[in-house]
Amino acid sequence: MTDREQIINAIAANQPAFSPLPATHFTAEDQEDLASQFADTLTAIGSVVFVVDNLADIHQHIKSNTSADHRVISTIGMVEYNEDIGTNISPHSLQNVEIAVLKAHFGVAENGAVWLTEELMGNRVLPFICQHLMIALPIKDIVANMHKAYERIGNDSYGFGAFIAGPSKTADIEQSLVMGAHGPKTMTIFLMRS
Amino acid sequence: MSTETKDHAALADDFNKDEDRVDWHDETLWWIRQKRDKAVNKLPDWELLRDTASAIKDNVLSNLSVYLQEFEAKAQNNGIIIHWAANAEMHNKIVLDLLKAKGIRQMVKSKSMLTEECHLNEYLENNNIEVIDSDLGERIVQLAKEPPSHIVLPCIHKKKEEIGELFHLHLGTDKGNSDPQYLTETARQHLRNIFITRRASLTGVNFAIAQTGEFVVCTNEGNADMGAHLADIHIASMGVEKIIPERKHLGVFLRLLTRSATGQPITTYSSHYSKPRDSKEIHVIIVDNGRSKQLGRADFRNSLKCIRCGACMNTCPVYRRSGGHSYHNAISGPIGAILAPNLDMEKFADLPFASTLCGSCSNVCPVKIDIHQQLYKWRQVIVQNGYAPAAKKAAMKLMSITLSSPFLYHTSGKAGRMVLRFAPFAVNNRFNPWFKQRDMPAPPDQSFGEWYAKNR
Repeated sequence: MTDREQIINAIAANQPAFSPLPATHFTAEDQEDLASQFADTLTAIGSVVFVVDNLADIHQHIKSNTSADHRVISTIGMVEYNEDIGTNISPHSLQNVEIAVLKAHFGVAENGAVWLTEELMGNRVLPFICQHLMIALPIKDIVANMHKAYERIGNDSYGFGAFIAGPSKTADIEQSLVMGAHGPKTMTIFLMRS
Repeated sequence: MSTETKDHAALADDFNKDEDRVDWHDETLWWIRQKRDKAVNKLPDWELLRDTASAIKDNVLSNLSVYLQEFEAKAQNNGIIIHWAANAEMHNKIVLDLLKAKGIRQMVKSKSMLTEECHLNEYLENNNIEVIDSDLGERIVQLAKEPPSHIVLPCIHKKKEEIGELFHLHLGTDKGNSDPQYLTETARQHLRNIFITRRASLTGVNFAIAQTGEFVVCTNEGNADMGAHLADIHIASMGVEKIIPERKHLGVFLRLLTRSATGQPITTYSSHYSKPRDSKEIHVIIVDNGRSKQLGRADFRNSLKCIRCGACMNTCPVYRRSGGHSYHNAISGPIGAILAPNLDMEKFADLPFASTLCGSCSNVCPVKIDIHQQLYKWRQVIVQNGYAPAAKKAAMKLMSITLSSPFLYHTSGKAGRMVLRFAPFAVNNRFNPWFKQRDMPAPPDQSFGEWYAKNR
């Protein structure tokens, strides 16, 4: 008998009588002012939030905060930061990226997470390997909680997707919180009015 | 560190030699418990979430054989390669064979308590494969050649000065510098180089979705993703109980997990792995290692609902004052004490006794495992199977003889009161384990029986 048969047979023999799935209805949370709840949560988890009008504002912000020797990659239509970083490059070549500017599908007010799938990342490793992560998010694309988040994701198909909530962090040394464990040291969210 | 022959009480004694450290350990974990409370109290639906999560897990356990096959089929459709391992040895062999087939001699690993349970690192090192743990806390205990003492906070027992000294020895930091920011930055540089150069990466699995064949890995550091997205081959090890039925159920579990663990609203990264990158490989190893047996134990199967948040450890008055290593098992604390006897009842016979049965663990458990009741039930099973610790066995035998003979009962009661009154030194000494941390009570003048005879 293979390990597979052995395991499945043992489990089938030992599992208890069928117990049905419960309903998953939760209190409808206040849908008003999700943007300020989202911004407050983000600030609490170590992110920086800017409310801007549009992509041009974000572009201006990056220009005035970087120097020419910084490698900046954007996947959201800023021509000077556009690079081909798809499957034909080695992800290792992204190790010197200073700033990655990506768009998120939506944000979650209760925990400050944003949902990205790999089409928005350009390359799976990019949001993790860059030193600083910047996310553009239309202000209308904020949901209240994780139940609403998975309703919104529905049956979408993706190779890889991630909720990202704030900069990479650790508190493994005597519970002292340090930003920038392995991934980005900062995370900036631009909430766009349009 | 040899913990093979000592039981929980003896190991806790070792930990208790340094009283300041015990106080510090106790307070640190209680602070995390308080952070959990603050986060939990913000959610009006918290108890509903716990009930729902527990009921989803009931459904999972009752239909696990079907869900596992559904997960397998969906994952294979997505291009993931599935392996099955009945026990730890098989799991370790599968990992080794995968690495050997690609000629890989070095692997980077993110946190996986399952691989601790299987002693994968030792096995691979004995087969000339180098493994580097990338979670900062795991890397620290790896450098110290110790096992993790907590499932979420692996080096919670270590002072920053000790970590500074380890980093000075192994990573060349300045002697005497124990600033957490400085040490973390050093580890970041050191491990970046590891991530960039390793062709194989192993991660754990927090949740595997039967409906879609994807699996979710949660970290704060981003180490699972740095490893997986830079490697040619990503191996993910999961226990059979990690299955949840549908994607939408992640909404329930991700709301519970990190609030229970550290009081954060969610981990920084909740990564959903569905398909491998072009020309790269994802392998999932589904491991039983005693879980199907535990599923058959009606009194103990609920322990398989555990989502490894560590809340039961942070709240446990025994864990906080005895330290994770005193449990001499990969998973320590109350949940470890109900999982371990299933694996080896004799070796872990002491663990269900390492509890006051106060029930705090059950009260904070996000999936409502009846942990303290299982601890109580394990004690009975262990004694019935003849695995009770020798001293406890002798004491219980003596008690049973005394209680079954009215003459012996009355005589020994009288003798006990006499001794306490006239010769307290006979019991107030180091040979009486009860006296070690307590004062003996003042002896009553007479027994209840004597009082009743006079006053009836």
